[in-house]
Amino acid sequence: MTAGTDTSRPPAAQESPPPGKRQRRKGDRKVSTAAHVILGIWAALVIIPLLWTLLSSFKTSSEIFSSPFTLPAHWSFDNYVSAWTSEGIGRYFLNTIVVVGSALVLVMLLGSMCAYVLARFAFPGNRIIYYLMLVGLTFPIFLAIVPLFFVLKGFGILNTLPGLIVTYVAFALPFTVFFLYPFFKVLPQDVSEAAEIDGAGEWRKFFQVMLPMAKPGIASVAIFNFLGLWNQFLLPVALNTKRENYVLSQGMAAFASRAGYNTDYGRLFAAVVITIVPVLIVYVIFQRQLQGSVSQGASK
Amino acid sequence: MIESPLVPAPDTEKPRKKSRQPWTFDRISFVLVFLVLPLALFSVFVVWPFIQAFWYSLTDWSGFTPDMNFIGLENYQKLLDDDIFMTSLRNNVILAIVVPFVTVVLAFALATMITVGGSSHGATRGLKGSSFYRVISFFPYTIPAIVIGLIWLQMFDPSNGLLNGVLTGIGLDRFESFPWLGDSRTAMPASMFVIIWGFVGFYMVLFVAAIKSVPGELYDAARIDGAGRLRTAFSVTLPLIRDNVQTAYIYLGILALDAFVYMAALNPGGGPENSTLVMPQRLLVTAFEKGQFGLASAMGVVMAIATLIFAAIVFSLNRLLGGRQEGVRQ
Repeated sequence: MTAGTDTSRPPAAQESPPPGKRQRRKGDRKVSTAAHVILGIWAALVIIPLLWTLLSSFKTSSEIFSSPFTLPAHWSFDNYVSAWTSEGIGRYFLNTIVVVGSALVLVMLLGSMCAYVLARFAFPGNRIIYYLMLVGLTFPIFLAIVPLFFVLKGFGILNTLPGLIVTYVAFALPFTVFFLYPFFKVLPQDVSEAAEIDGAGEWRKFFQVMLPMAKPGIASVAIFNFLGLWNQFLLPVALNTKRENYVLSQGMAAFASRAGYNTDYGRLFAAVVITIVPVLIVYVIFQRQLQGSVSQGASK
Repeated sequence: MIESPLVPAPDTEKPRKKSRQPWTFDRISFVLVFLVLPLALFSVFVVWPFIQAFWYSLTDWSGFTPDMNFIGLENYQKLLDDDIFMTSLRNNVILAIVVPFVTVVLAFALATMITVGGSSHGATRGLKGSSFYRVISFFPYTIPAIVIGLIWLQMFDPSNGLLNGVLTGIGLDRFESFPWLGDSRTAMPASMFVIIWGFVGFYMVLFVAAIKSVPGELYDAARIDGAGRLRTAFSVTLPLIRDNVQTAYIYLGILALDAFVYMAALNPGGGPENSTLVMPQRLLVTAFEKGQFGLASAMGVVMAIATLIFAAIVFSLNRLLGGRQEGVRQ
């Protein structure tokens, strides 16, 4: 990689040609080289552990013990197969898909409904609800965990997937409402009026006009919610203690801690890779969208 | 589309709809369904448990007996005398001091390098090839936290971990089987490193986006006035993206006052001499192993209060430093 100067932007108009131009160029090269070196070290710090994990997932345990830092002797997917079947990662994976999928659809629907009403209707209590959402966003889940356990128990949905789904939806709601609120707030009024003149009622207007218009916002929030729910760890650990209902994050923790010294490391690494792959795919597909939504949040 | 000339666009204030529309059946049914459904769920599973937790924390409830006696602040008194809990509180406070600061400083430094690391001749511009760094750095944010913890647990492994392998490889033999997570001197710093590793990239991307929304003329002006790179970063960039830094700081603080997932992965038992024990770990044990639900709820309240105090400190620091336009060094 070379540090070059990019000439896509015209130089600033007021800039007078500086006297020490050549010296400056040299200084520039030094600075940009230094920047590249530091950023390169950072990138290596990020990539190397992940690569090492990937390599180790193809090794047998004895190989990992005898030579942890070499390439695997032969590339086999045995670890993946055994992690998927005998360690139950496959089952946890399906549970996670079910829980995260259902919770995501529900929270996006309910969250956009709630954000829409809060943003576009005046009624007593509107602000109070908004601030309640803010409280829900800042208070630690741990504060609620004990009562929540008994609330779910009371409903008879403790240790069940539906119970977990409902809890996921409830705790992802504040974030969803909060970030969709500005999107609905700025949708042009005249479109909504045009829809009314054409005879659309509130219901139809929301689903056929407003929701499609807020699509970019909804997409970004959905991606962040997906990541958040896929990563959720505390709620399942406290509220979902039946082994057959485990989600991935829980299963991984149990897998790692159960074994102590006789962990099958190869399988553990394989399980780690299996957990990362779906988010990696989502990330690669929606990379631009994600970066874009981060920028939108920044330029508010 | 004919816009009424009386209405300034874009309408960021309350939409005009609010005052003009009559409340028809259509609207009322719509608002009811759209508001009541989500709110009911939110109230039952979030707000109500929060309220209950405050009440439980004032009782001696053990969860499995029906009797629940009001004992006032006795639980909080117990927590003050509980050395293990106070250790975990202290660890969370240390995390809340170190993790946000280091993460924000690193993220800001990297973001500055990417955005204004280019030529100092002509208009201000970024570094070449920066999108590569952006994509790579952001990736850890997408990995489940528990998995980040497990990956680094293996990296830190005394005899088979890559870290000691590299260190002995470059001739530092004393690290041959050094237990990073098993030594009370290094367990906490190593755990902090893992959390920071997971978040620097995300906030770097956030800051890059924020810096890009700053008009380039400001940088050009600073340069004409003879400001060097460092001076520009502190006097131009930092004040302008102040709000983003504050948001990042608060989010990271909330995270550090919890830190449960990482600690549960790296040292499930609380680490050597409880050096990495955090409040949530203690809370779960108190509630679900010892059945002391009143006491556990009191711990939850302490966590919530700590979070609010942290947010208040960040807000007021930002307000205090907001008046000064130069040399904002936190």
